[in-house]
Amino acid sequence: MLDIRDLQVEVSGERILKGVNLTVNAGEIHAVMGPNGSGKSTLTHVIAGKPGYDVVQGEVVFEGIDLLELSPDQRAREGIFLAFQYPVELPGVRNRQLLKSALDAVRLHRGQEELSAREFDKLFKTKVKEIGMDAELMKRSVNEGFSGGEKKRSEILQLSMLDPKLALLDETDSGLDIDALKSISESINRRVSSDRSTLLVTHYQRILNYVQPDCVHVLVDGIIVESGGRELASELEASGYKSFKDKDIQE
Amino acid sequence: MVVNLRGLNMSGNSVAHDQYRLDFKELDGRLVPDSPSWLSENRQIAFSEFENLGFRTTKRANERWKYTNIAPLARTGFRYRFEPNEDVVTIRSIRELLPWHEDWTRLVFVDGMYSDLLSNPDNNSSDVYVGQLREAMVDRSDVIENSLGSLVSYSKDGFLAANMAFLSDGAFVHVSNGVSPRKVIHLIFVSTGDEDPMVSYPRTLVLAGSGSDMTLVESYVGLLNNSYFTNAVTEVLVEDGSKVEHYRYMKESQDAFHVGTSRVQLGRDSTFSSSSFSQGSSIARNDLGVTFNSPGSSCSLSGLYQASDSEHVDSSIDIDHASPNCSSDQYFKGILDGNSRGVFSGKVLVRPEAQKTIARQADKNLLLSEGARINTKPSLEIFADDVVCSHGATAGALADELMFYMMSRGIDEKTARSLIVYGFASEIIDKFNLAPIRDRIECLLLDGSDFQ
Ligand SMILES: Nc1ncnc2c1ncn2[C@@H]1O[C@H](COP(=O)(O)OP(=O)(O)O)[C@@H](O)[C@H]1O
Ligand SMILES: [Mg+2]
Repeated sequence: MLDIRDLQVEVSGERILKGVNLTVNAGEIHAVMGPNGSGKSTLTHVIAGKPGYDVVQGEVVFEGIDLLELSPDQRAREGIFLAFQYPVELPGVRNRQLLKSALDAVRLHRGQEELSAREFDKLFKTKVKEIGMDAELMKRSVNEGFSGGEKKRSEILQLSMLDPKLALLDETDSGLDIDALKSISESINRRVSSDRSTLLVTHYQRILNYVQPDCVHVLVDGIIVESGGRELASELEASGYKSFKDKDIQE
Repeated sequence: MVVNLRGLNMSGNSVAHDQYRLDFKELDGRLVPDSPSWLSENRQIAFSEFENLGFRTTKRANERWKYTNIAPLARTGFRYRFEPNEDVVTIRSIRELLPWHEDWTRLVFVDGMYSDLLSNPDNNSSDVYVGQLREAMVDRSDVIENSLGSLVSYSKDGFLAANMAFLSDGAFVHVSNGVSPRKVIHLIFVSTGDEDPMVSYPRTLVLAGSGSDMTLVESYVGLLNNSYFTNAVTEVLVEDGSKVEHYRYMKESQDAFHVGTSRVQLGRDSTFSSSSFSQGSSIARNDLGVTFNSPGSSCSLSGLYQASDSEHVDSSIDIDHASPNCSSDQYFKGILDGNSRGVFSGKVLVRPEAQKTIARQADKNLLLSEGARINTKPSLEIFADDVVCSHGATAGALADELMFYMMSRGIDEKTARSLIVYGFASEIIDKFNLAPIRDRIECLLLDGSDFQ
């Protein structure tokens, strides 16, 4: 589903990603772990098409399409979704309005009809309940005055409404209490199917107690230094990133 | 000293100056026979003040004009229009330009001259007078003589001096004690411009009798895409216990200059609310001052300003708390695109006698491009100890992050922009209680937001 080859990325002249290779097959959950500043958010941003990054080398292919040629909205309509590490507040833009516009755009692209206002509201209500979101909160502007945890839940609500093929979850687990973590994990597990994939970015292994990845990658200083099964996460838990950093330096 | 000042201000702009002097002479000759003598005297004094003051282009010790460069305005010899250009303006052409409602009482001035044809005045009853200042000077001479110019001093400000010197007509709104006119009062100032740069001097005097209640709209618009100069002055005297709901809509031609000065004085237990929409142009300045002279009154000022390309938009708010138990609230928002520049300066003065004052001010800006700039300068000067004051200014959130967030949900760029701009503005738009104004602004924000 997603093929990243030798991806090298610069921000204002500084090399942040230094040759990332990553393949996520349809139906799989991959976890990307790494210390702060290793380039995890950069990776998700480049896949989603955030401006301001110079791709100096490599390619990002999604279902045979060269993603780097597409604008962020085109990528989203192709089936990519990014749950932000730091979701922005959108003053005056209602949650319903954002989601209706987004869903209309995505469905139109898939050749489906737009949902009527009633159908949309029904779906919205069901999802809000499912995620355990406060319905009153959803009447507010997007993320405005939301706590950290509420913002994360809201990202998951959007994910579940838009039902993309590939979800990029950037530290969606951080700053959550255990109940919220469980409920978000359930949402992630619920999407598992043969044509849905998830890239889970985290620097704690805590969420991996609830979500079972098919593959774990360790990103240190802009490069994937190790990939393996879920046992890699426990290894990390025990020894930290330090050993990987040393390995990186030796190479 | 006076000679020096004159040399300093006018020497580089002598062509401009000659034009003003020529026009003043001509106008004075025409007006004197029919004007009350107090007015003629005032105009002549005002013109000599204007000759002394000019339009100050120096930045030094000129705080109020720190971020707005008036040199291009000062160096141009704007001509006064003596013959009306009425025939290019029709009801149909103006209703496309501004907030419009068939039922509103309406005075229309074209290039500063009253248009009988386009207006719909209300001056038949003794309760309400909405009509020409020139006529009122005959009918209600003593009222006008006492109040006209009482809130603006032309001895310090070249713009005010010029407006007074060239005062030949204007709008006069007088609501008698205890009266609440049913109809919204709309004062419309249309500029048609010309190939040569023209100037007009809109002048408005509003008297809200005690216990009265009115809704007033001022609109300043350009009909053709010309460079012209609108030098407008509005005075609003709000007497005890009365309520004035005021709106100001400014959308001059892109190449036009607009310097609008409004001064409001609040009587005991009165309420003044004002919402403004200002679209940028070469210079578009909305200078609003409110003075609290008696206890127990409140004002609530809000505004939305917008500029794109190389437009300039300037909101200058000045609140003077000179009496106890009053409250003032300012909430302004700006949307800036292209290489435009926005200026917000909000000054609140709380004098020692103004105990129990509540004063709030906030200014927020949305920058849609890297070239757009905002200078925001809220200031509180507090000399009383028992007060609640707050200010907050957010220089400007760059819309990039917001845009990416929306687009990452599959929303196309144009829709994303509209949603962001409209969302940002909605809080202020909601403060316009008149649907025709809200509709007009929404139109401008959505249609006009055809960003490149
Ligand atoms: N806009 C930017 N300008 C300059 N440096 C940046 C920018 N964004 C990220 N970086 C740098 O790139 C590196 C990786 O950042 P990031 O991808 O956010 O890491 P992570 O998500 O793994 O914590 C960091 O060293 C960070 O300082
Ligand atoms: Mg990060």
